[in-house]
Amino acid sequence: MSVENMAGNLSGQDFNPFQDVDFSQLERSLRRPRTLFSVLMSGLVTVMTLLALIPLFSVVWMLFWRGGRELSAASFTQLPPGPLEMGGGFGNAIIGTMIMVAFGSLISIPLGILTAVFLAQAPASSRLAQTVRFAAKVLTGFPSILAGVFAYGAVVLLTGGYSAIAGGVAVSILMLPTILLTTEDAIRMVPAKIKEAAIGMGATPTQTVWMVLLPTALPGILTGIMLALARGAGETAPLLFTALFSNYWAMQGGHLDLMQPTASLAVLIYNFAGAPFPNQVALAWAAALVLVLLVLILNLIGQSVSRRQVQ
Amino acid sequence: MSSVPISQPPTRAQRITNIVFQKTCYGFAWLSIVLVAFIVLRIASAALPAMREYGLGFLTGTTWDPNEGTYSILPEMWGTIYSSLLALIIGTAFGVAVAIFLSEGYVGDFIFNTLKIFNLHFHKVWGKLPERAEQLLRNLIELLAAIPSVVYGLWGLFVVIPAIRPAAGWLHAELGWFPLFGTDLAGPGMLPAVLVLSIMILPTITAISRNSLTAVPSRLRMAAYGLGATRWETVLAVILPTALRGIFGGVVLAFGRALGETMALAMLVGNANKISVSLFSPANTLAALLANSFPEARPKDVGVLMYAALVLLAITLVVNIAGAAILQRASGEHDGART
Repeated sequence: MSVENMAGNLSGQDFNPFQDVDFSQLERSLRRPRTLFSVLMSGLVTVMTLLALIPLFSVVWMLFWRGGRELSAASFTQLPPGPLEMGGGFGNAIIGTMIMVAFGSLISIPLGILTAVFLAQAPASSRLAQTVRFAAKVLTGFPSILAGVFAYGAVVLLTGGYSAIAGGVAVSILMLPTILLTTEDAIRMVPAKIKEAAIGMGATPTQTVWMVLLPTALPGILTGIMLALARGAGETAPLLFTALFSNYWAMQGGHLDLMQPTASLAVLIYNFAGAPFPNQVALAWAAALVLVLLVLILNLIGQSVSRRQVQ
Repeated sequence: MSSVPISQPPTRAQRITNIVFQKTCYGFAWLSIVLVAFIVLRIASAALPAMREYGLGFLTGTTWDPNEGTYSILPEMWGTIYSSLLALIIGTAFGVAVAIFLSEGYVGDFIFNTLKIFNLHFHKVWGKLPERAEQLLRNLIELLAAIPSVVYGLWGLFVVIPAIRPAAGWLHAELGWFPLFGTDLAGPGMLPAVLVLSIMILPTITAISRNSLTAVPSRLRMAAYGLGATRWETVLAVILPTALRGIFGGVVLAFGRALGETMALAMLVGNANKISVSLFSPANTLAALLANSFPEARPKDVGVLMYAALVLLAITLVVNIAGAAILQRASGEHDGART
């Protein structure tokens, strides 16, 4: 029995509430333009999504194909080669990246976390908290090259030379907003009853922060730190003219000199990518593979710790 | 009975620590505001001498020649905005399409229906597959954002440029009269830079668009389906318009990112000081100019570069604040329909 007949039978003789309805319009069939349009659009976004994933797979494939075959133990232990030398590595660049990211963390982690503690406890109406949040958002969209320009103006010009310190300052500016905003979120996600229990036991606000809020929010905070480290390690623009580059080890004669130009993986990739020498280009790919793996591992660690946060 | 109390009033030392810590946090909050203000002021004050010397002519002239001592950045401003707009067009089309694909749950539905054939769709292990696959797809798109921009630049140099060169040559030969194809692609140029830039901003657009699409109250979708709308009639007539403001905010933020993006552009755009609408012509952007000129800047060039940096700062600041303000207004705008 068709739908029309059923409707007719149900409604008696003189009144049919469905008499103006064209039931054929509700049929789902590819011959109907409406359905066809819907199916075609579904196909279109599927194809566009696949297209959007092509670059990712292409990048990863190229990194393993061109960088993977170049990677060896020497890559991690040797200094960058000159124009026509063979072999060589980027050991000093890996160490340089670590030094500068560590120095950036020294500034941005305490500043970010303590500011976030203030933000998370400030009343919603606090002008200062709103301004800080605004400042953090401004920093989030801050072009990385401008962090370099600032570090150049504030550190390089002041100390009279390119240095790891200047690079670290530039990196810290880029790490700060990530740490600040994720830490604030993590502290805010701590259930109010846990915090109230601490206050009810007579804990001072400081004891509540150190013994209850920060330990509970730790996974979230670690996620923020990992993401910030990943971002700091991958940034090139702020290092180009703050730490510059160096073909030598940062550690010389047994002591670490932070006041001299320092190599970093990102700048090495930039310098060697445009080089006319195949050996240097090959090293750029190997360094890119190492850098991407480093960034991905930091991201993955960050994501896996965040799942442990108490909800 | 032990006389140790369960709780006790804070001792004098605890009280003092408390006050000191509270003040420290307060101080650090101020410190981060001061830091941002200091960054802006430091760049502005370093740019001041050059601003006095070159004035507004700096923004309207077309030559950059350190040897002659003439500096102006109109071509760079043009290149910055032109490349970002083109990247935004491509990035928005694909970013929103991916966001719709993710929020409509195509992958999950497909796997669920496939499992249904084998009657495994509520199985203890297999039943989780649709959710896991959706998660994987989201993570893959987010991975695009995790790759450092210098790696994109390297990839662009060795993959994108060789890949598009034949097509670019053909377009120029056949359709050279059309301004977009007015010149030939000789290595680096606008199009490879724009393509890579659009890939870099896609995750931003997708993430924010997906958030606003999934924030659309499900009763609106149900109502549309209940009225007999097809999936795409629902998407185009109900879901997208409802989520529009959030998507727009994401697009503006992505525009801000594109304007400030440095490395991929410095490596791919060609660093040529000219204004051209051709997709295949080399060009330059403000960020790329800074990246290329600062390392070898003489003291007297620094002021001029700081001026250029200040212009970039002003442009990105305006765009970012606009984007953040739009997103702020967009969040919580459907609260009425959710109740």
